[in-house]
Amino acid sequence: MGKIVIDPVTRIEGHLKIECVIENGAVKDARATGNLFRGLELILRGRDPRDAQVIAQRICGVCPQSHGIAATLNLDSAFGIADKIPDNGRIIRNLIHGAHVIQDHILHFYHLAALDYVNVADVAAYSGNDSQLNSVKDFIQRGALEPFMPRYEGDYRLPPEANQQCVAHYVKALEMRRIGHEAVSIFSGKVPHSVGVVPGGVTSVPTVDNIMAYIWKIKILQDFVNNVYIPDVLAVAKAYGDYAGIGVGCKNLLSYGMYDLDGKSPDYATRERLFKQGTIGADLRPGALDTSKITEQVKHSWYEDATSGLHPSSGDTRPQAGKSGAYSWSKAPRYDGKVYEVGPLARVAVTYAKGDPRMKEMVDGALKALNATPAALFSVLGRHLARALSAKYIVDNLEGWALSLKPGQPAYVEYELPEEASGMGIIEGSRGALGHWIEIKNKKIANYQAVVPTTWNVSPMDDKGQHGPIEQALIGAKVKDEKNPFEVVRIIRSFDPCIACAVHCVTPKGRDLGQYRVV
Amino acid sequence: MVKELPVIYLQTAACSGCAVTMLNSASPTIKNVLIDQIVPGVHINLKFHPVVMAAAGELAIGVMEDTAKKQKGEYVLVVDGAVPTADGGVYGAVGERDGKPVTMQQRVIELSRDALAVIAMGTCASFGGIPAAPPNPTGCVSVQKALESAGIKKPLINIPGCPPHPDWFVGTVAGIILNGLPKPEELDDFLRPRAFYGKLIHENCPRRAYFDEGKFAKKFGDDGCLYELGCKGPITHADCPLRKWNGGTNWVIGAGAPCNGCTQPEFPNETAPFYEKLVDVDLPVVGAYWANKEVK
Repeated sequence: MGKIVIDPVTRIEGHLKIECVIENGAVKDARATGNLFRGLELILRGRDPRDAQVIAQRICGVCPQSHGIAATLNLDSAFGIADKIPDNGRIIRNLIHGAHVIQDHILHFYHLAALDYVNVADVAAYSGNDSQLNSVKDFIQRGALEPFMPRYEGDYRLPPEANQQCVAHYVKALEMRRIGHEAVSIFSGKVPHSVGVVPGGVTSVPTVDNIMAYIWKIKILQDFVNNVYIPDVLAVAKAYGDYAGIGVGCKNLLSYGMYDLDGKSPDYATRERLFKQGTIGADLRPGALDTSKITEQVKHSWYEDATSGLHPSSGDTRPQAGKSGAYSWSKAPRYDGKVYEVGPLARVAVTYAKGDPRMKEMVDGALKALNATPAALFSVLGRHLARALSAKYIVDNLEGWALSLKPGQPAYVEYELPEEASGMGIIEGSRGALGHWIEIKNKKIANYQAVVPTTWNVSPMDDKGQHGPIEQALIGAKVKDEKNPFEVVRIIRSFDPCIACAVHCVTPKGRDLGQYRVV
Repeated sequence: MVKELPVIYLQTAACSGCAVTMLNSASPTIKNVLIDQIVPGVHINLKFHPVVMAAAGELAIGVMEDTAKKQKGEYVLVVDGAVPTADGGVYGAVGERDGKPVTMQQRVIELSRDALAVIAMGTCASFGGIPAAPPNPTGCVSVQKALESAGIKKPLINIPGCPPHPDWFVGTVAGIILNGLPKPEELDDFLRPRAFYGKLIHENCPRRAYFDEGKFAKKFGDDGCLYELGCKGPITHADCPLRKWNGGTNWVIGAGAPCNGCTQPEFPNETAPFYEKLVDVDLPVVGAYWANKEVK
């Protein structure tokens, strides 16, 4: 029986350690541990509630817009103005978050995941006249190959020409995601850590030139998503077809929905959204979303057992370093007591299962191209495919939304800070279901709780001993060579974990390094 | 013959915003930074960078530690994030040694000791930033404080900003390559390059005329100076108004939002509440005008 320790897992956000126990060439047990704690929720306490969206964005620099908007929805709800945001404000928030998520998906596929599947070394044999590839060839010939080498060796399957093309697309994608951020900053000032989304709406008023600048940047992304990203994902999926059955996971999916199509309902869980809210199981039957069923469990996390099972609106964080049987600072969020995976797969599958015709057409078309059934969605490839389809579904809607803005009309509504209030903001970040909860007392933040996508996915075992989604996806995976566990990192990265988000909420005291090892 | 400048990019208590802002570099592009000769005859050999590097686990840590050993005194260490110090630094670890996690504090100290120079990337690394805001449960400090408490004297440049503009970083690195380490007079009291942080936002703000005329925005979306909506431009040193962000697309005040002072050592605690007017005391530039006026 062997053990694989991957610390750090790179090409994700933040500091993650994965340990796998290997028996007979397969993962018998898996444990996921975050390696960083900052305590942002505690830092939020006592502050002006309006500052929550500034500070909460700093939970993550990869997905700041998602946190900024979740925090803002949370504040709108607490301030009693969730159903009073002008359409311009609602739409501009969608445009900001839309361009953000697209560039984030491009970043993930090309820059975080692709190096597990694409052999950059094949560019050394390139003989064409593409200037970008020739500069990569020069780079290889100079011989200082970091950060692209070393890497786990073995199992690179694409033919040399395909590898060369993918490297060209890696370079092109760097430009694409930068353009995506430019589109975000048209309405949000700058990225990362934008300023444009505030309780009440947004800070800017739409103008014709901003709308056109946005649309033409989006058209560049749309062209790339449709003609490069989707074909590349399908090409990788064909070459690595066995990954449609690897990394299956818990088969329960949860989506909060995103992109408000109207703002009339103050209840985000029932509001009309582009991606639908709900849950889904292996049978692909949709269930409604009931946020009261969300709890965070801590039996295997370093917190006092007495705080286990609380709803985030009354969440409590009482650390207990070295607690027997615990192995993570991440709590274990559960829905109705069960393990749920969140992310692009969840929001695509829920929207698909609820019968959205456009989503059905896209998903069925992609599955047909891969000669696969919907069951293949629960896999490494399914997650990459869903992420690409998520990008496509968003990018195809943005131009229409931008054109529906009313230049010169208000995008912001004034409000009064309440003495006491509570709120909830739920949305899909790039990586999945993101919820913020606030309690306000004496016009200050009394309590703030964020349950973020990666806390769901990277969670440790819960009170009943159920493993978290990434752990479940790893258990059973075959590992050919323990020194080059590429299967393991491919499974982990298919979730696109974001650790700064997952482990932001604790006040550990007196942690013992000796307890930190998991054996 | 191309010279290789080795760089270790270490992430400590960070959110990855500084890594992402680097990906947004426009001139040079991030592809130029990773792959091309950044200036003729010099290539940046990015030895370790957790967000982009192919290697993981021991492979990745091996490259980091080998670089520090074999290229002692030659590499630039970039630290992105604050340094957790409470309880022996246990709140953040990067990789393992002999099966035990190595704290971020240890990494920063070890890698700084053997570096040519250290660049603190972002406000967390420069001044502590958000993770060091009260109650600072993890005891986060700036890189400068972490080095001082370990008795390490090493050339240090702070590139604050939450996150910094990519030009501030690549411009500083290019300066090192072309002219050597900055001379003391090229840095301000907070070790920021004067080239980028020499002026106040307020001095170059396109809404400055509104301020001088006493026209203030009362709510978001209004024309006018954003001072009364909480703008910290009068106390914040950075060239955002001239440089603009995301390839020159826009900037904070261009989107109608107040500057929150993110390049300042005071960020976030003393520049918050972000949407409340600055206290009118000792404001440079601002005070000179209003001293002779009735406040409107």
